[in-house]
Amino acid sequence: MTESVTHIHPKLLDILKSVPDPEIPVLTIIDLGVVREAVVLEDGSVEVKITPTYSGCPAMDVIGDDIVTAFAKAGMKAKVKLVLSPAWSTDMISEEGRAALEKYGIAAPLDATADKEALLGNKKRVKCPQCASKNTELVSQFGSTACKAQFKCNDCLEPFDYFKCLT
Amino acid sequence: MSLNTQRNISTNPTPPPSEGAGGRTQYILEIADNSLILGQRLGELCGHGPSLETDIALTNMSLDLFGQVRSYYQYIAQLSEEEKTEDDIAFLRLERDYKNVLLVEQPNTDFGYVITRQYFFDVFHLMLMQQLQYSKDETLSAIAKKGIKEVSYHKRFSGDWVKRLGDGTEESHERVQKAVNDLWPYTNELFEMTETAKAAVEAGIGVEASQLKEAYYKEVSELLREATLEVPESKYFHKGGKHGVHTEHMGYILSDMQFMQRTYPGMKW
Repeated sequence: MTESVTHIHPKLLDILKSVPDPEIPVLTIIDLGVVREAVVLEDGSVEVKITPTYSGCPAMDVIGDDIVTAFAKAGMKAKVKLVLSPAWSTDMISEEGRAALEKYGIAAPLDATADKEALLGNKKRVKCPQCASKNTELVSQFGSTACKAQFKCNDCLEPFDYFKCLT
Repeated sequence: MSLNTQRNISTNPTPPPSEGAGGRTQYILEIADNSLILGQRLGELCGHGPSLETDIALTNMSLDLFGQVRSYYQYIAQLSEEEKTEDDIAFLRLERDYKNVLLVEQPNTDFGYVITRQYFFDVFHLMLMQQLQYSKDETLSAIAKKGIKEVSYHKRFSGDWVKRLGDGTEESHERVQKAVNDLWPYTNELFEMTETAKAAVEAGIGVEASQLKEAYYKEVSELLREATLEVPESKYFHKGGKHGVHTEHMGYILSDMQFMQRTYPGMKW
C-alpha cells in the first residue's frame, strides 16, 4: 500500500545528497528516504517536501534547516514542507543507505514479518554489524533514537543498534 | 516549534478554538489531548525510570506521543480562523478546555501504575488509530496511519511488562494488581461517545469508539489472565475528562507544563 514514488528534480538531487541525517551522519537524507518531493517553482525558488521517520523525530527541524542552508550555499532559495502521507517506512531506505548503516555499526532493518521475531528474540535473525554473527539478543525495544532498538552480540559481546523495521 | 511557523501569542488564556471549524476541532482535541497529557506524564520519568532501558523506552514513547500531538495541533491551527500556533493550543488553554480522558492524567505512582496506565491506553489507542485511518479527513487519516506504526510498539512494550510484573515476583505481582484495580475504573471513559464525537462519526471523519469496547475488554482481560492477574469486576467507572472535568491531578500537570510559556509569553526553542 505504501506508495514510495518520489518526485525529485534531477537538478536538485546533488544538493539534497549533500545533506546528511543529523543523527546518523553516514546516511544522506536521500538514502534515508525522507525527501518526498523537490521541485523548482515558477519564481525560481525550490520547494522540498520531507516526511518524518517518526512523528516526534526531533531531527526533522534540523533537517529542514540543513536543506535551506544547503540550497542557500548554491544560491537558491528553498522552502521546506512537512508531509505525513504516505507514511515513511524503512523500505524507503536505499540499498546504499542500508550498506552505509551496516558499515557504521547499525544493523539494517529486516523485513516486516521478521521484525517481531527479531525484536522478541524468538528467532535469531539480526546480524551483528561487528562480527556478522546471528547469535544476538534484544536488550531493549527502544534505543538511542526513536528509530532504533538495542541489541547485543553473544559472540563478540558488543552492544549495537538495530534500525527498527517500520512498514 | 515547527518549521516556518509564524508566532502570534496573546498573553490572555485563549478560549477553546471551538468557533469556525468548530466541531472538527473539538473532536480532534478529544483525541489529541490524550497524547499530550500522557506524553507529559511519561516525560516526567526522564532520568527517573527504574532502569536505563525502561527510562529510554518511556521517554521514546513520550516523544512519539508529542510528535502525534504536534501534527494534530498544527492541523487545528490551520483550521482556525484566528492566528494560532500549535504552541498556543498546547500551552495556553485552561483546564476545562482540555478534553483528555482521566486515565492519562493519573500520576506515576510506581512503575506498576506507569505500565498499567500505558497498557490500558495503548490497547485503546491502537484500536482507535486503526479506525481513524479510514477517516474521510485526509489529515486525520495520515496522522493515524503514521501513529499505528508507533503505537504498535508501545503496546508491545507495555503489554510485555504487564506480563513480566504480574507473573514476576510476589512484590511486583501485588503492586501491578493494585495498579490494575485502581486504574480499571478509568477505562470505560475511553468508549464514551460525546455529542462532538457522534457528530464526527456522522460526518465520516470520526470513530465510533463505543464499538471498540467489547474487543478492548476481551483483549485486556486475556492479557491480564496470562499475567496471572485478576480482572477487576467493578462496574463503577469515572468519567468527565471528555467534557473538561478533570481529576485533581490535572491542575498540577498544567502548571508544570504551562509555566514557561505563561511566564515568558511567545518564547520558543
